[in-house]
Amino acid sequence: MSRFVLVRLMESMIVLLIMSFVIYALVGLMPGDPIDLMINSDPKLTPADAARLREFYGIDKPLTERYLAWLIAVLGGDFGNSRLHARPVLDVMGPFLVNSVNLMVLSFVLSLAIALPAGIYAALNPHSRTDHAINLLCFAGISIPVFWLALMLIITFSVILGVLPASGVATVGGGGFLDRAMHLILPTVTLTVFSVGHYTRFVRASMMETLRQDFIRTARAKGAGRTRVVLRHALRNALIPVVTIIALSFGTLFSGALITETMFAYPGMGKMIYDSIMGSDYNLALIGLLFATLLTLLANIGADIAYAWLDPRISYKQGGASS
Amino acid sequence: MTARPAGGTAKDGGRQGRAARSLWGLLWRRFLDHHLAVASGVLLIVLAALAMAAPLIEAASGIDAKTVDLFNRFQGPSLGHPLGTDELGRDLFLRLLYGGQVSLFVGFVAALVSAVIGTVIGLWAGYYGGRLDAVLMRLTDGVISLPLLPLLIVLAAVDLNKLGLPAALIEDENISLYRIIVIIALVGWTTVARLVRGAALTVREREFVLAATAQGASGFRIMFVHILPNVVSPIIVATTLSVGSVILLESILSFLGLGIQPPIPSWGNMLTNAQELIWTAPELAFYPGMGIFITVIAFNFLGDGLQDALDPRATGR
Repeated sequence: MSRFVLVRLMESMIVLLIMSFVIYALVGLMPGDPIDLMINSDPKLTPADAARLREFYGIDKPLTERYLAWLIAVLGGDFGNSRLHARPVLDVMGPFLVNSVNLMVLSFVLSLAIALPAGIYAALNPHSRTDHAINLLCFAGISIPVFWLALMLIITFSVILGVLPASGVATVGGGGFLDRAMHLILPTVTLTVFSVGHYTRFVRASMMETLRQDFIRTARAKGAGRTRVVLRHALRNALIPVVTIIALSFGTLFSGALITETMFAYPGMGKMIYDSIMGSDYNLALIGLLFATLLTLLANIGADIAYAWLDPRISYKQGGASS
Repeated sequence: MTARPAGGTAKDGGRQGRAARSLWGLLWRRFLDHHLAVASGVLLIVLAALAMAAPLIEAASGIDAKTVDLFNRFQGPSLGHPLGTDELGRDLFLRLLYGGQVSLFVGFVAALVSAVIGTVIGLWAGYYGGRLDAVLMRLTDGVISLPLLPLLIVLAAVDLNKLGLPAALIEDENISLYRIIVIIALVGWTTVARLVRGAALTVREREFVLAATAQGASGFRIMFVHILPNVVSPIIVATTLSVGSVILLESILSFLGLGIQPPIPSWGNMLTNAQELIWTAPELAFYPGMGIFITVIAFNFLGDGLQDALDPRATGR
């Protein structure tokens, strides 16, 4: 097991390394370069100065050379400075990360609290009226454009009713617990709607599949009560694929968080990445993207481990032959 | 639904052909049982027809969708303007139709291109297997596991001049349209690739593939003539579902200012302006989003119905 984890970790590190090059190259292909920005802020710079600056900062060198220099600096712990925030990028990223974790964990828990009972109920009463209603709502949640949902919520609760704040994490100058909670309501609802439809469908499908298995019939036959069969026999087994799929969909949740944060001007990782790309903050964009990739890869490993841990039939002793 | 089941043509002629027809008849009837999917299909046809008829409706109504009329901004619904006018006094209904044209076009084309890429990669991996399969599937897993939206934003922000593309192409007024199709196709092929690979893995063990190999058919011929027709149904389902997700991606990128660029209207970029006006004209934000929502949900219902009809064993995810 630990060997399997180790192998997966190594694989992920290799993927991360490849992605770091891809992302570095892509960020380098974005419009302008740091010297262009200097020229904008100091009109007295002549083209000759610009060329000398480019040479000084090594921007005229070929891509691989620049990438290696960057990689060595990063491995040494130097991630560079953020242009927009004028501070080291790691210092900048901290608070954004905390905000994102708050938002994502909150809506994740809320999504599960809705998806589990709804999915189980639908699976136990297939083709009932409630099942159809749940199914419709799931499709609605999956199909609604998140940014538009956010816009509609802002219009309803902030513009028309005026009961909830439309943006930020706290009122300027304020910042009590209640105030922060009020600011979290709309973003959390938005992100929950984004994910809950998928989760409910996973739970329902997996539960239906499990209820068809022989051991459920055996449990029923030996006289176990309905509740016991559902909770003790079916649910435990049905949750295995659900856990995996949900862990694998971390990247999707992150994408949803990016949209949600941008819409509500909520200072999280997603908004930070978006702002840094739009504001040509190359160092911050690079780290933000790499960190998001790292988190997704770790979530994938987590999915594999959870799968092995929850289902004793699966063994990774031979070194991860399945996938 | 031009897809045909395998084998009917070459192998044992008419008998198989007749059986195949009735199989598709059966599938068609099973699909018709799925009322939501049928209704969605009809709705999508109506939507597409309306969007394509936009120039005709424009000509018939005598209003020009591009004319700015600052004396008639933010008009409510009236006979002349069924949904009223926007912040520049343009007719909202016509703009919605033109936006729908663009969104549907991008959805269809990007989904089709993704499906083609995914099919080729999936067939390749599934038919040849071995190390090639391992490499291609690792690549697929890698792309699936990435945080999609941040990457799409970077891809959309790439400076085309730095890529060394010809200036004529970069100056083209439809460049934002081509570009969004390319970047969505770049990341969108994975689902189809996985499904096709899985199906190809089982099909390649069947006798008729062995027969074709024995007759000396090339790998290319076996993949595209013998295996492909047998993996058509998962491709159809996945592509239908992906049109919906492509439209969602296009709308969010356009909304963020990274997708379809004005003056080309799309449902996404119509919402960009509407967002700034939520205090003065909140109703402007309603219709484009509703257009996206209805279209995407219809594609999802349609895909779900097709899945039930084509592969009843699969419990839809």
